[in-house]
Amino acid sequence: MEISNIWYFLSALTLLSALMVIMSKNPIHSVLYLVFTFFCISAHYVLLNAQFLMAVNIIVYAGAIMVLFLFVIMMFDLKKNIPESKSSLTKLAGSVVAGTLLVILIAIVRKNNIPAPLGDKFNSQTGMVENLGQVLYGEFLLPFELVSILFFVAMVGAVLLGKREAGERNF
Amino acid sequence: MNYQPQDFLPIFVQLAAALAFIVLVMVLTHALGPKRHSAKKDDSFECGIESIGDARTPISVKYFLVAILFVLFDLEIVFMYPWAVNFKQLAWNGFYEMIVFMGLLLAGFIYVIKKGILTWEK
Amino acid sequence: MELITTVFIAKAIIVGVVFAITLGVAAYSTYFERKIAAFMQDRIGPDRAGPFGILQPLADAVKMFMKEDFIPANSNKWLFIAGPCLSMLTALMTSAVVPFGDSVTIGGATFDLQGIDVNIGILWVFGIVSLGVYGIMIGGWASNNKFALLGAIRAASQNISYELAMGMAIITILMITGSLSTKEIVEVQQNGHWNIFYQPLGFIIFIICAFAECNRTPFDLPECETELIGGYHTEYSSMKLGFYLFAEYINMFISGAVMATLYFGGYDYPGVDFVTQQFGSNVASFVGVGALIGKSLGFVFVFMWVRWTIPRFRYDQLMNLGWTGLIPLAMYNVVVTGFGILVGKPFMVSIAGLVLLIAALFVYDQLLVKKKIA
Repeated sequence: MEISNIWYFLSALTLLSALMVIMSKNPIHSVLYLVFTFFCISAHYVLLNAQFLMAVNIIVYAGAIMVLFLFVIMMFDLKKNIPESKSSLTKLAGSVVAGTLLVILIAIVRKNNIPAPLGDKFNSQTGMVENLGQVLYGEFLLPFELVSILFFVAMVGAVLLGKREAGERNF
Repeated sequence: MNYQPQDFLPIFVQLAAALAFIVLVMVLTHALGPKRHSAKKDDSFECGIESIGDARTPISVKYFLVAILFVLFDLEIVFMYPWAVNFKQLAWNGFYEMIVFMGLLLAGFIYVIKKGILTWEK
Repeated sequence: MELITTVFIAKAIIVGVVFAITLGVAAYSTYFERKIAAFMQDRIGPDRAGPFGILQPLADAVKMFMKEDFIPANSNKWLFIAGPCLSMLTALMTSAVVPFGDSVTIGGATFDLQGIDVNIGILWVFGIVSLGVYGIMIGGWASNNKFALLGAIRAASQNISYELAMGMAIITILMITGSLSTKEIVEVQQNGHWNIFYQPLGFIIFIICAFAECNRTPFDLPECETELIGGYHTEYSSMKLGFYLFAEYINMFISGAVMATLYFGGYDYPGVDFVTQQFGSNVASFVGVGALIGKSLGFVFVFMWVRWTIPRFRYDQLMNLGWTGLIPLAMYNVVVTGFGILVGKPFMVSIAGLVLLIAALFVYDQLLVKKKIA
């Protein structure tokens, strides 16, 4: 099988599952479709031979962030929070904006000739964890340490958000 | 080692086997066995007490906070994997870098504990 | 292309065999669970189906299939079915990266007895384990039963909390090995240099987390009968319930195999060289497969043993142990191990670290007890 055929199949699957995320009525179904979308994206990473990113994508996005989404959805009272359907004007405006964005994106990609990797300089093992670590802890040391401060701020934010209000009823 | 994308192909064999097993068992278990319905039986089981409302009720924010903290810590651990793999090359410099990183992590952790987010008795 | 196809077919056979072994071991774990429980309580245990009750798993399966497959009226039907299926799927997908044996040479071609050898080996296990939450949460939520929901939320919180300590515990292994590939982790440990000697604390953290991830006693709160009826599988019957229980046994076996890989040298066993000299390397590899499965079954036995030894935790105790106990402990372990490797004496420093920790805990305990009395 040709590798580009695999890519086309995978991309179609990714787009389809991503569409199902926004089209399914039940938010839990949306979460499951989104998890599947992340798996498709991980498969793309495998095709690019970026194996560490593939694993991290599964662990962080499918395994952690989507669990958080699931918790949030379960915290809502689904019956009370059904969004009212939008008016036709809103729908029209939405499709115009989305269509324009699509055209712009396609134009950008067509305009910029992204150079293909040179055959003799290309190293297929660039995406392995050993090489990634050497770059991250050498060249990008400062951003890495700043990330820990970002995490610290996020923790404080989470604590503030999670303050219990008086008179709430829950389990 | 020279790792290539086709190393992952056997995963699909395993996935196919697992899916086939699951689908087969699910079809069988629905086909076999009796089917008897009644209003009381189809109700959700709550030890014989008549159930009031349903389970679509908000849950405690504590669980939500645990999930948020889990996401944050999980990310930090993911950052530690490339470091651990390169630990011997990075030597003492890498060690100090990680001490700083883990120090900030620990500071956040102590803050969370002091704020009583992880106390469940209350 | 020809070579890739041959390798792929060989790998497919290995994956298939591992799959079959996993299912078989899980099925017979249910039998041995009951036999061991009976032994520990001075009973006989199942002995009617076949000699010594050896056909009990078959009888259980037939019974499970013949039961009514019950779906509550106000549940969410498709999600209700998806819950146990997801649980089973995540349990079945982990075994691919476990190296079951060294390489064998058949007809001039050499194959590793491992499903896939990838750069991120051990992270594949963690990725799939972190997805295990979905089966439980979706099943519990779709049941539309308050007890099931509570059980599901508890199980999910427990799993994600212990995943953190688990992820931190293996960082020390990566520091020693310098690779995420399970094959390399095992190869570094050959000839008796098992990681357990260098990482006693890491192993303790890891095995506690493994118990919590498998929802085994003393961490089986999500399904604790006294408070929550059946926990997240209250509404389940027939083979859907069977899937939840069966997934637990598969997880036990796989976590045993992972622990053997990470800490007990994988397929290494005393006298590899002797067997290789006497019978050739192929036989030595297959004995290695036996050694790995033996080690995993040993862990499965420990799981069952602990079930009849330690009572269940309370929920706040469980969360406190996971967050304020194991996570700082794992961080301490990372620092101690890092220091040990850089100084060049990993063994001495890890033992010293453990002794220091126990001493500190002892002093802390003494002070705390004094304070409470005063």
